[in-house]
Formats: sequence, structure tokens, C-alpha cells
Amino acid sequence: MGYPELMIKPMREDVTRHGVQELRTVAEVDAVLGTPSGTQLVFINSVCGCAAGGARPALAKALQHATKPDQLYTVFAGQDLDATARVRSYVSDYAPSSPSMVLLRDGEVVLFVHRHMIEGRAPSEIAADLTAAFDRHCGQTVGS
Amino acid sequence: MVIHPGHQELHGITVIVETTGPLTHVARFDREDEGGVHFKDVASFAASSEEDLAAWLDRTRKFGVRVERKHLVLPTADIRQVRRLG
Repeated sequence: MGYPELMIKPMREDVTRHGVQELRTVAEVDAVLGTPSGTQLVFINSVCGCAAGGARPALAKALQHATKPDQLYTVFAGQDLDATARVRSYVSDYAPSSPSMVLLRDGEVVLFVHRHMIEGRAPSEIAADLTAAFDRHCGQTVGS
Repeated sequence: MVIHPGHQELHGITVIVETTGPLTHVARFDREDEGGVHFKDVASFAASSEEDLAAWLDRTRKFGVRVERKHLVLPTADIRQVRRLG
């Protein structure tokens, strides 16, 4: 069902090059979400156009913000199926969609950016949603 | 917003579909052709249910679309209005 890894690799790197840790197994997901502490952003990546044109550029822009989550993670929907399903099990009140982003604070969802909040919107608009949530919920400020 | 033949700017966008019948749908607009209007990843609200439509839409916006069927085709004449879920 998945795409060739050679095709997916740049889409992964488009996220991980910003310091986002990729979670590719259930064990890796459980290791970070199973005992949550602080603020965690999980970016659910995908091959679709709104990931390339909206979600990934928005993430890149948001991660330039002075205040950021403590931890940054990503899973790839449609590719790393078990890891993605495992992430979704931690936020099961929310319907699955991809691309999407979830910000957790001490294991509780404080922001869920669904696909429908990404479609047709400029990356700057999506990034503004993220940075507003970062300012509200995240305490880490990186000095300039 | 009324769908016109060939009006495809909503392709891939999650929309609220108000129909001439009792159902309101939230789905991704796919395309319109001679067969009708095609939607994907559809959730539906029945006017007879106890929950208010506005509340269902608010819950859908917050918690996402709980997909009930993958594909739905509606005759254009059965669609009263289509607007973005927003």
C-alpha cells in the first residue's frame, strides 16, 4: 500500500531537517508518548499535496518561532502504519486525518490541527495557529 | 456557495453539504461530473437526531471528521448548499 521509500525519503527529510525526531515503530512511539512530560508536538506527515504545500512549510515556519514545544516528533501516515496507528491511539478522541498535527502538554491534547484546518490555507496561516498555541502552552523560549 | 458544472475549486477541501433532504454531510469535495457531485471521506448528520446540527458541526471541527463512508455521489439537484467546514 505504501509508496516506494525512495519517493518518500525527501518528504521525511523535509520534516526531520528541522530537528524533528521520526518515530517509525510502536516501541519508539511508546517510549515518548507513553510517559509524557512537558510539551510534545507530533506531526503526522503524508504524501498528499496539502502536506507538501501546506503542512510541512507551516511546520518549518512555526519552528522558527522563539517559543517551541519541548519535544518534536513525526510519523508518516500511509508508510509507517503501526507507528501512526499507535500515535493515534494516544489521541483517540480525535478522528484520524493526514496531514495533521497534535500538540500535547503532559499527555493532554491542547491543539489538534486536522487536515481540514490545513486544506486550502496558506502555510503562514497554519503556522500562525501553531505559534499561537506554542505561546500559550509552551514555556521554552530560545534566546536570539 | 452553489456548485456549478466544472466548478472544481473545492477539490480536496472539506465541506459542509446541505441537501434538500434530512441529511447534512461533511466530506471532502472531489469533483462534479455528469453523474453528480462526488465526495470522499463522508460523515453524515440526520436532521431527526437528538443532537443539534450546529453542535455536531462544532464537534466535527474540533474532533475531526468521523468517516462513515469513503465515497458519496449526490445528484446536483439534491444539493442545496456547499460551504467550507472552515
